[in-house]
Amino acid sequence: MTKSNLSFRLFPVLLGLALIGTALPAVAQKPELTVYTYSGFAAKWGPGPALKAGFEETCGCTLSYVAVDDGVALLTRVRLEGASTKADVVVGLDQNLTVEAAATGLFAPHGVETKSLALPVAWSDATFLPFDHGAFAVIYDTKALPQPPKSLKELVEGDPKQKIILQDPRTSTPGLGMLLWVKAVYGDQAPAAWAKLRGRILTTTKSWGDAYSLFTKGEAPMVLSYTTSPAYHLIEEKSDRYAAALFSEGHYPQIEVAAAVNGSKQAELAQRFLAFLITDKAQSIIPTTNWMFPVTATAMQPEEFKTLPKPSKMLLLPGDQVAQNRKAWTDEWLKALAQ
Amino acid sequence: MTAALEVQDLRFTFETMAMRFDLTVARGDFLALIGPSGAGKSTLLNLIAGFETPQSGSIRLLGQDVSNLPPARRPVTTVFQDHNLFDHLDCGTNVRLGLLPASIKNRAAHTAAIEALEQVGLAGFETRPARDLSGGQRQRVAIARALVRARICPLLLLDEPFAALGPAQRREMLDLIDGLRHRYGLTVLLVSHHPDEARHAAQRCAFLDAGQIVALDETATLLARTDLPGLTAYLGDV
Amino acid sequence: MPALACALILLAALGAGIGPVLALGMGSERGVGASLSALWGDAYLRQVILFTLGQAALSTLLAVVGAVPVARALARRQAFLGRGLLLHLLAVPLLLPALVGVLALVTLYGQKGWIAGIVRALGGEMPPLYGLGGILLAHTFFNLPLAARLLLRALETVPGESWRLSAQLGFSPGHVWRFIDRPVILRALPAIAALVFLLCAGSFTIVLALGGGPGATTLEVALYEALRLDFDPTRAALLALLQTGLCLTIGALVLRFTPPTVPLSLGPGRWATRPDVALLRTRLTDGATILLAALFVGLPIVGIIVAGLRGPMARVLLDPDLWVALANSLKLIGFTTPLTLLLAGGLLLGARRLPERARQRLAGLGILPLALPPIVIGTGWFILFRPLVLAPWVAIALTAALTALMALPYALRALAPAVIEAAARHDRLCRALGVTGWQRFRLIDFPSLRRPLATATALTAALSLGDLGAVALFGATETAALPALLFSRMGSYRFDEAAVIALFFLLVGLGLFWGIEKGFGYDRRA
Repeated sequence: MTKSNLSFRLFPVLLGLALIGTALPAVAQKPELTVYTYSGFAAKWGPGPALKAGFEETCGCTLSYVAVDDGVALLTRVRLEGASTKADVVVGLDQNLTVEAAATGLFAPHGVETKSLALPVAWSDATFLPFDHGAFAVIYDTKALPQPPKSLKELVEGDPKQKIILQDPRTSTPGLGMLLWVKAVYGDQAPAAWAKLRGRILTTTKSWGDAYSLFTKGEAPMVLSYTTSPAYHLIEEKSDRYAAALFSEGHYPQIEVAAAVNGSKQAELAQRFLAFLITDKAQSIIPTTNWMFPVTATAMQPEEFKTLPKPSKMLLLPGDQVAQNRKAWTDEWLKALAQ
Repeated sequence: MTAALEVQDLRFTFETMAMRFDLTVARGDFLALIGPSGAGKSTLLNLIAGFETPQSGSIRLLGQDVSNLPPARRPVTTVFQDHNLFDHLDCGTNVRLGLLPASIKNRAAHTAAIEALEQVGLAGFETRPARDLSGGQRQRVAIARALVRARICPLLLLDEPFAALGPAQRREMLDLIDGLRHRYGLTVLLVSHHPDEARHAAQRCAFLDAGQIVALDETATLLARTDLPGLTAYLGDV
Repeated sequence: MPALACALILLAALGAGIGPVLALGMGSERGVGASLSALWGDAYLRQVILFTLGQAALSTLLAVVGAVPVARALARRQAFLGRGLLLHLLAVPLLLPALVGVLALVTLYGQKGWIAGIVRALGGEMPPLYGLGGILLAHTFFNLPLAARLLLRALETVPGESWRLSAQLGFSPGHVWRFIDRPVILRALPAIAALVFLLCAGSFTIVLALGGGPGATTLEVALYEALRLDFDPTRAALLALLQTGLCLTIGALVLRFTPPTVPLSLGPGRWATRPDVALLRTRLTDGATILLAALFVGLPIVGIIVAGLRGPMARVLLDPDLWVALANSLKLIGFTTPLTLLLAGGLLLGARRLPERARQRLAGLGILPLALPPIVIGTGWFILFRPLVLAPWVAIALTAALTALMALPYALRALAPAVIEAAARHDRLCRALGVTGWQRFRLIDFPSLRRPLATATALTAALSLGDLGAVALFGATETAALPALLFSRMGSYRFDEAAVIALFFLLVGLGLFWGIEKGFGYDRRA
């Protein structure tokens, strides 16, 4: 029998094996807590595995993740599933999505004591519990750009030869963050600011990863990312080449939240998980796995995090205002940039 | 007068079969090549046309040694069993391709093509697309193309061109070829599977077996021979 | 009637994509009418449509016009050192995830790229990659090799007698072009152009990454926005229908201008050297063309290899995640490939006895999956199957089915010419002998279609390895395949690991292609 014949005959067999292998129902004695999250969170080097291990030590349950693309896909999925969703907890929406998420009526109050929270902005939401935060920042390559802009104004009005890579607010969270940042600083003048900034934009990518990989390839000296980005390079690559530019107007924050699902069969476990999420034990996992700041002041942080420059001010537009105007502001941005 | 074709000690190996040919054909002759499948009949035509390169030996056409010439510079025209026409072209263009391709647009070429199509019984077919023709018509167009080439290429190599046609049609085509041979002074080599075809049109006939020309004679004489076991076996088959 | 069954399955699968999304939208407060009028009055959307179609048309033109000389040069040069490697190289861009291709191009043409280095050393300035030029460059990089491979396949169907005839008639290279190559190419080109056009019209990552700003956007982005960000299913479904409608219109036009297929060949003759091979002029132009093509496709791939070799090889290769992802990818391929081949085979083999027009329409259906945005199909299926969706096997099945659907147009392209030819050759005989069904496939069709089947299998497998998008919602973490692994590394700063994975990806893809074409497409007659 020739090699080719063999492979041809093996196909159905492999197919069958694959089917059987995947279709066998998982036998679970312990109660199971299903957590919907985004793929970076559940990934092996993300916070997911350590949090799962930490929580399972005490809960007497099995925690399992269902991971989708990103925060927006997370909300889409829950919305599509509606009340029949299998999720008990959803981890990884951000503050810009909470109003729309609340409007679905699918989420229940978290009931967790939030006194220990130390966020740079005021946060009082009974449903959505913050578990990490960060701030958007322009990261620059110190080798290519010794004199970074010191304010959003300097970025907007600076030398058009020094380019920046941005993300599309329609497809990416940092992209939306930048849109809101410009709006928070410039208000009605935002379209004019965008029109001016236009000359400095190298390109507007689909996702953060696309933009950042172009940046590390040296395509532009600046990219929109997070204030915590330099910490990654410090810790993992022992490099201080990339730094965050602090802007005098203040920075736009990103606050990632978790919430329990209404009518979950594991409501009690869900609440315990949420409470666990803001313990120091859980929070100490966040910095070097999700590369964001913990939400409690007492959580352990690596030295490199403490050396990161802290924005003097946080600009946060109210959630309902964002939800109401996002479409209009995106259209405004489009008009200013796309002609 | 020199012979139309002289093949001397021509050697060629295909896969495991070693072939060796010696053959002389006089001008104006109609020679049929018969023999079992794989005897080397088509290979001989391909060697004469230059489609295959022999290991050694010489081929002279009309007194000129063509052994080292590319197909286009040999004074022969081949009609294959199939794929003689470019289906996307009309009959007129297919015929005109037989002239030097560079001159196919001039008026003389058009006239020649129309005449040649009339000669093969396809008057008025110049603008018909080749793909609309029947099998017999296609071969007629191919013969018409051979006709327009006749002045420069008076040696016609027919590689089982009528194999797909019925007996009556086949005889009709052979008569057509024979008539044209007389009118234009063509020399014709016909590879055939059918002794009937040879009997009908060819004065002379060669019997090939295992890469050799075993016998060559007047057709009737050759086909009547009983001393060649290969030939009797072959004829018995038919 | 297998062709009809396959066509129905295909239509049902696509309908199951748009239908539920539209139905979901109907339930919301904003009606279809309002959404329609909003679409109608949307000036930006009109700009997006123009840009989508315009860049796709230009990209197609470049890819196809560039592919013609490459295919001819490869058809003329049947034996040169590295020809096999080059042919495999031509299959590579197709299987690369879009962003890996973009980064490879940036390595070459970017501000810090190799060419920029040379240009700067010569005292010039590198023109920026971003903008329409960058999009066209990337689309050409991705699609020219595909078009060249498909054209080469078409050129290789020219019967040996035609070459002998043209040698005897003394054809110059010009005549060969005019009387043989051009008609063959013109007949194959519309379908290839349609395939490339649809690929470019649906391009998302490339357009955004290299477009330079939101002025360069395709309908896919608008769709993504409507479906994900605005959660406006009505608008998304209407946009999807709009895109499908535009693509179908173009497809219908292409069909109209495709000359009827004439069965060309009953098998190539033994001696089939083209008469235009030996000339110095064609030798030089072919050499230059092949060299240019090899550089155009090869250099970015070298970029991927270099970046990968610089990365943390050991760490990535020792990581079990990589092998789990590979196993998942192979599993996916194991599901997808038979499914695609069954569909393609059904559409083609089952339709052999239908009239030409009907057959063309049926095969034309196969290109539909490219016209429909995968994100919408994925969402529709998700809605339909959501009661089952948590079970991992459902996620795998849906992913496999969607991937199979997306690979179908390629498999059809690779198979169609050979099936038509084989039908012309054997159909009457098989009917006369009463050889039908499985017997006919096993005894007649499979042996005679072995090589194109191998190509179709290799293409489908390689494509299933790559990222066909749209599976994001299914959320199958444990079954994440190689592209997902790559993207997750890129999403968390680990670009060096991503580079190694990209190299690994490249090698697996090449290995698959090579293995399938060599092993399964091995021609015993040769």
